[in-house]
Amino acid sequence: MAENNRVVDARGRSCPEPVLMTKKALAQQSGRLQVLVDNQVAVDNITRFAQNKGLAVRVENKGSDFQLTIG
Amino acid sequence: MKNKKTLWMLLTGLLIGAIAVVLVAFGNPKNMGFCIACFIRDTAGGLGMHRAAIVQYIRPEIIGLVLGALIMAVASKEFRAQGGSSPVTRFVLGMFVMVGALMFLGCPLRMVLRIAGGDLNAVVGLVGFVGGILLGILCLNKGFSLRRTYEQSPLEGGMISVVHVVFLVLLVAAPSFILFSTEGPGSMHAPIALSLVAGLVVGALAQKTRLCMVGGIRDAVLFRDFYLLWGFIAILVAALIGNLVTGNFTLSFAGQPVAHTDGLWNALGMVLTGFASVLLGGCPLRQLILAGSGNSDSAVTVLGMLVGAAVCHNFSLASSADGPTANGKIAVIVGLVVVAAIALLNIQKQRKTGKN
Repeated sequence: MAENNRVVDARGRSCPEPVLMTKKALAQQSGRLQVLVDNQVAVDNITRFAQNKGLAVRVENKGSDFQLTIG
Repeated sequence: MKNKKTLWMLLTGLLIGAIAVVLVAFGNPKNMGFCIACFIRDTAGGLGMHRAAIVQYIRPEIIGLVLGALIMAVASKEFRAQGGSSPVTRFVLGMFVMVGALMFLGCPLRMVLRIAGGDLNAVVGLVGFVGGILLGILCLNKGFSLRRTYEQSPLEGGMISVVHVVFLVLLVAAPSFILFSTEGPGSMHAPIALSLVAGLVVGALAQKTRLCMVGGIRDAVLFRDFYLLWGFIAILVAALIGNLVTGNFTLSFAGQPVAHTDGLWNALGMVLTGFASVLLGGCPLRQLILAGSGNSDSAVTVLGMLVGAAVCHNFSLASSADGPTANGKIAVIVGLVVVAAIALLNIQKQRKTGKN
């Protein structure tokens, strides 16, 4: 991971918590954000949230987890 | 892709509304094509967990919803055995979801179906429901969390589905210790096969689309995200049209099927259900779907609702067409206090975003 990438670890969190954590992290400062989650529902919800804000989202599988890169 | 998903959600909502009308046409009580709270209550009665003779029947719709979600989750490789996020707290919240729902006489899904049948008491319930959700959102924004889940064994994730297969066997085999209402709402039901298939179809679609009555309003307020709300609206539209076609639409407060006209308690009951459901992460329907998808926290919540239903009838908490009971009013107030305490005591300290 790049040095200045901010990371939100939302693994194990049930919705809507991963989206809330993402929302708060995005509000704190701009720039690229990485979010780790462990279920497809969280992936879908965060993707929809970011896209509604006009941000690009890239999703990668990391074993049984998912890594979303926003911005 | 986004529009395609919204289309799926709209179609799912329309289909659920239509299926609900069909189930009523084939025997379910009016405005009760689906009602998760009522059906779990009937199931508790069928199992002999309470002795309210008019609401005893193991509802195949519930079995179908859980198993439909299981099948869809496995087929789409989304089945994940997860749990361990404050299970006992979730059990208690599930009980109070039921206390609120049986004060109002319906879960959030039946609330929508009641509105679609012209029951204005359900509009009052909706006002309370939104109020309860807003209370829950306040807590979420303050950092409320029931803490994280952990991976569980596949057997743990599938156990609630096994339990529902056993319920199906008991329903079909009908041994003498399984109770069947001979009058009242519990005696009114569509044929078993039709109810089961309806549950399976709706369960699968709800798993795919994440349909949730609580989530619809919650996400609209929190994130300006209206995806889930479209499902809510589509159910309303389809059931409204269906009721108009089948002559089951009557716009009134009085004389509505399996409902009472006490506005204050209709609203307060749904405040409790909405508040507790936000803390749980989803409405009773969503809990059934998540349970089928391997989430054992939701399975515990479902069991809490089952026990809560039995408590409601054993302790005379549940309303009837005559109105709420004194015990029920006390239980709703106690429930609001307990749920508020659970909410406040689970507000976690804000964590800073980590750097890597």
